[in-house]
Amino acid sequence: MQTEIIIAGFGGQGILFAGQLLAYAAMDNGLETTWIPSYGPEMRGGTANCTVIIADEEIGSPVVRNPQVAIVMNRPSLDKYEPLVKPGGLLVVNSSIIDRTPERKDIQAALVPANDIAEQLGDRRMANMVMLGAFLANLPVLSIEAIEKALQEHLPERHHKLLPKNYQALREGARYLAEKV
Amino acid sequence: MARELWKGNNAIAEAAVRAGLQAYFGYPITPQTELLEYLSARMPELGRAFVQAESELGAINMVYGAACTGARVMTSSSSPGISLMMEGISYIAGTEVPIVLVDVMRGGPGLGNIAPAQSDYNQIVHGGGHGDYNAIVLAPASIQESVDLTYEAFDLAEKYRAITVILIDGSIGQMMEPAEMPPMRPLKTEYPDWAVRGMVEHPGERRVLSSIYLDPPDEEAANLRMLRRWQQVEANEVRFKGYYLEDARFVVVGFGSAGRVALSAVRAARAEGIPVGLLRPITLKPFPVKALDELAQRVEGILVVEMNSGQMLEDVRRVVGGRVPVEFYGRLGGIIPMPDEVLEEIRRLSREPLTQDGHPRDRWLARMPRSN
Repeated sequence: MQTEIIIAGFGGQGILFAGQLLAYAAMDNGLETTWIPSYGPEMRGGTANCTVIIADEEIGSPVVRNPQVAIVMNRPSLDKYEPLVKPGGLLVVNSSIIDRTPERKDIQAALVPANDIAEQLGDRRMANMVMLGAFLANLPVLSIEAIEKALQEHLPERHHKLLPKNYQALREGARYLAEKV
Repeated sequence: MARELWKGNNAIAEAAVRAGLQAYFGYPITPQTELLEYLSARMPELGRAFVQAESELGAINMVYGAACTGARVMTSSSSPGISLMMEGISYIAGTEVPIVLVDVMRGGPGLGNIAPAQSDYNQIVHGGGHGDYNAIVLAPASIQESVDLTYEAFDLAEKYRAITVILIDGSIGQMMEPAEMPPMRPLKTEYPDWAVRGMVEHPGERRVLSSIYLDPPDEEAANLRMLRRWQQVEANEVRFKGYYLEDARFVVVGFGSAGRVALSAVRAARAEGIPVGLLRPITLKPFPVKALDELAQRVEGILVVEMNSGQMLEDVRRVVGGRVPVEFYGRLGGIIPMPDEVLEEIRRLSREPLTQDGHPRDRWLARMPRSN
């Protein structure tokens, strides 16, 4: 069993950290995992993406052309990854700032106003947690509790006052279920 | 000790610290810089030596000097930086002092780019520096393997008085995976009888380390001594990992990241009923000749996958010696092949009539797009 997840968006949206949280939670649950970022010059202010693989056996390639899941936080990422998601896979879309809906009919899509929810909770930077919550509600490869535990253990101590808000962001996101294909 | 999530560059640095690294000298270059950055904090914290040199030339020659004292020393760089170090590497080889060198390969030649590549294979495995020498070359494919091999690299270097290279591509340096760190070893307190550490402990005994042998018979004797030690490396230190080889009629050969991508492709091909296995060399030098030779006696076709234009391919062809058709698939310039590309090559290998005519690189090149 193997699940491939690509998370993509603008630099500064917490793309790489969201991916690392998944990897931490997977590791803490005894699973195999890889996290690989795009580390080219495009990182400087442009788009950022990372690929996370979660599996129950030795992981082969850390990169995939057709992921089972794409979590897209901006329009260029939707345009790039919608065509690549595996048939039957899942697309999680940040509908707050993406001005079109997905076109494919052979995948599930969850439309999540992640920026709006995060702003209501008091900090736009938590949009990545909203997106993670929505992803896991639609494809529970890990529990929300596992992500919360990973946050607690791997978020630097100085940010710990933000933990309750982050938990709330995860749970708000988890309310957005995709239409079944 | 529990598994922790480590970035490759940091993991190699910490594994070296735990192996008893006493001195590190380096110069920043992407995609290797985190290794140096990590040690810039970690080494002083432990009271050990860290120097960011003025250049790669400075770094490798500091490594040379420190290695002559018998200390555990290391440097790291990425492709263009390794090229700059080559003179020093040859001098270190010629002086028969042990060092560990990490090359986090990027796209080239020239300045190239910072994306992952395996195009330093020939430079690292088949020389690079001038003269008759052999370096041990280890090619891990995961973070755990990087940790384990780095930990061991120092022992190998000292045992055989040889340069030991950890050869990875940029993606292994940059990716994160769970890994378990080995225990912290105490720093060495005893030094070999060739080490140059002042004459306090051996009054009257003058020790000289050098790579200069002006009298050719002396140089020949030194070359033969190194070669006999290398024979021992070849006899004792070959490492590789095989996957699904028992009933394989076809076999893919790939190292490092290309080997991992090939593993995904092999599993997908197995799911389609193609009896294919994978041989992933872990020591590129010494090359796993015996394992490949044994496979060449029983399989119907071999596919070599690399992130270069077929550099290890020549080593595979040398071992196979025309007994079995060999095909090649490579991506260049800093591109990691996707598993579906390799799967397509495995399908081709299993269904099309294989040929021994011509060179596999030419057949691959004919299928690659032509831009001008």
